[in-house]
Amino acid sequence: MSSTRKSTLIIENLRKQQMKELIASGKRLDGRLFDESRSLNIQVGVIKKANGSAWVKLGNTEVVAGVKVETGEPFEGLENKGALIVSAEVLPTASPFIEPGPPDEETIELARVVDRGIRESEMIDLEKLALVPGKIVYVIFVDCSIINSDGNLFDATSYAAVAALLTAKIPIFEMKDGAVIDTGKTKEAPITTLPISITTVRLGESLLIDPTSEEEACMDSRITVTTNSDKFFTAIQKGSSGFFTLEQIKNATETAKVKGEELRRKFKEMINLGQ
Amino acid sequence: MVQTRSLIDENGKRTDGRVIDELRDVKIGVGIIKNADGSAFIEFGKNKIIVAVYGPREVHPKHMALTDKCVLRCRYHMSPFSTDTRKNPAPSRREVEISKVIREALEPAIILEDYPRAAIDVFIEVLEADGGSRCAGIDAASVALADAGINMRDMVSACAAGKVDDKIVLDINDTEDKEGGADMPIAYLPNLNQISLLQLDGILDSTQFNSCIDNAIKGCLKIYEIQRTALMQKYFGNEKEMELKEE
Repeated sequence: MSSTRKSTLIIENLRKQQMKELIASGKRLDGRLFDESRSLNIQVGVIKKANGSAWVKLGNTEVVAGVKVETGEPFEGLENKGALIVSAEVLPTASPFIEPGPPDEETIELARVVDRGIRESEMIDLEKLALVPGKIVYVIFVDCSIINSDGNLFDATSYAAVAALLTAKIPIFEMKDGAVIDTGKTKEAPITTLPISITTVRLGESLLIDPTSEEEACMDSRITVTTNSDKFFTAIQKGSSGFFTLEQIKNATETAKVKGEELRRKFKEMINLGQ
Repeated sequence: MVQTRSLIDENGKRTDGRVIDELRDVKIGVGIIKNADGSAFIEFGKNKIIVAVYGPREVHPKHMALTDKCVLRCRYHMSPFSTDTRKNPAPSRREVEISKVIREALEPAIILEDYPRAAIDVFIEVLEADGGSRCAGIDAASVALADAGINMRDMVSACAAGKVDDKIVLDINDTEDKEGGADMPIAYLPNLNQISLLQLDGILDSTQFNSCIDNAIKGCLKIYEIQRTALMQKYFGNEKEMELKEE
């Protein structure tokens, strides 16, 4: 059952006041502009046993994503397509407020929103990943571990998953005498587009992108907007207990397009350098 | 999502016979569960959903209580017989997420500060699902909260818009959700002009996105009238009597 919750990070009233005053004067606690992301660092291929991997640092938020490819049965209704499963876990290493155990609703939402951003953009051409259509298909697992949490887990996790998929080497499987064999060869994942998510939060009347956990503890509402390489919207999720006006939603979606495009360029450069 | 077959025929009719900007038939009954403090039953096309509200009441376990406001708890659950193939009755990840977004969609409308240390429980049970059950659940939950006499700033009206055959259509049904191009549910506070739920699955350009949002809000306003009428019918018999009393 979903329940109203206290913020896990308790912000002292003085600090909250300080933040509100600063934001009213157009500044943020860490000196960034409202539409400025924290520094983004992506290292790819960090986990050799994974078919693809990425270590993303967005400010102090750190996420490791790994791709593992297996074969299995297709999803019901999608018999001729490979299966893509994106999951996320906030590790107990990530902050003093996280305890081991089954995922809570925040983590489930995080994993589902990241999964939707990638799935709905059709980043991977899953039709190219059917081995025996209707029976055996490639199953791509993208598992994301949040190892340090300082806000905006949605974007950091999404960047990690996308970077890991972009650089993944998919093992080539073949059918021999009715059994699946690994040929030992690999191929690039069939990438069609580069989905980038941008999360905006509302604090009073102000809209800020890429919130820190302090900012998230003070926010009224949150919206995560994913755009693809054509600058089309592919997934949106509003979150947190507050509201947005129509005007604010339109601002947030426009920002997501502009900032998403900037980031997409940066992303391509970083990935190319990493290889 | 790539659409494999056409879902709008040459006469502009959709799979269930509606035109593109037409809502399904919506019927709301108020106060159908005797034990609950507030309740509602909604038939949203083929969706059948009951909502019971209990509270404000004591919070158990006590440590979950908040000192400055009320805790809103929300459970969205689908009955095993509500879908084509039996649904496992244990809460799925999808239901956990929907419970969360519904709670967050209702919270801006409820004056939680009026009931510190208490809890309000909203139980949404989908008896039969046909696409758009989260919106229908919010519509009924909002009516049930009002029926329970909870202090509210506004109603919450929810409705989806989406893309089918590259056209923007109102109130996506199950087939259109599964085979169509995009689905965008919205919850809207009609008097405060605030959006409290917004999700999107599928690909939309800016023009389509704006058109979707405008259409969905129009749908929400229609739902709002139905919600109002349902409440008035329970408490004042009919709308005319209400107007007389106001005078």
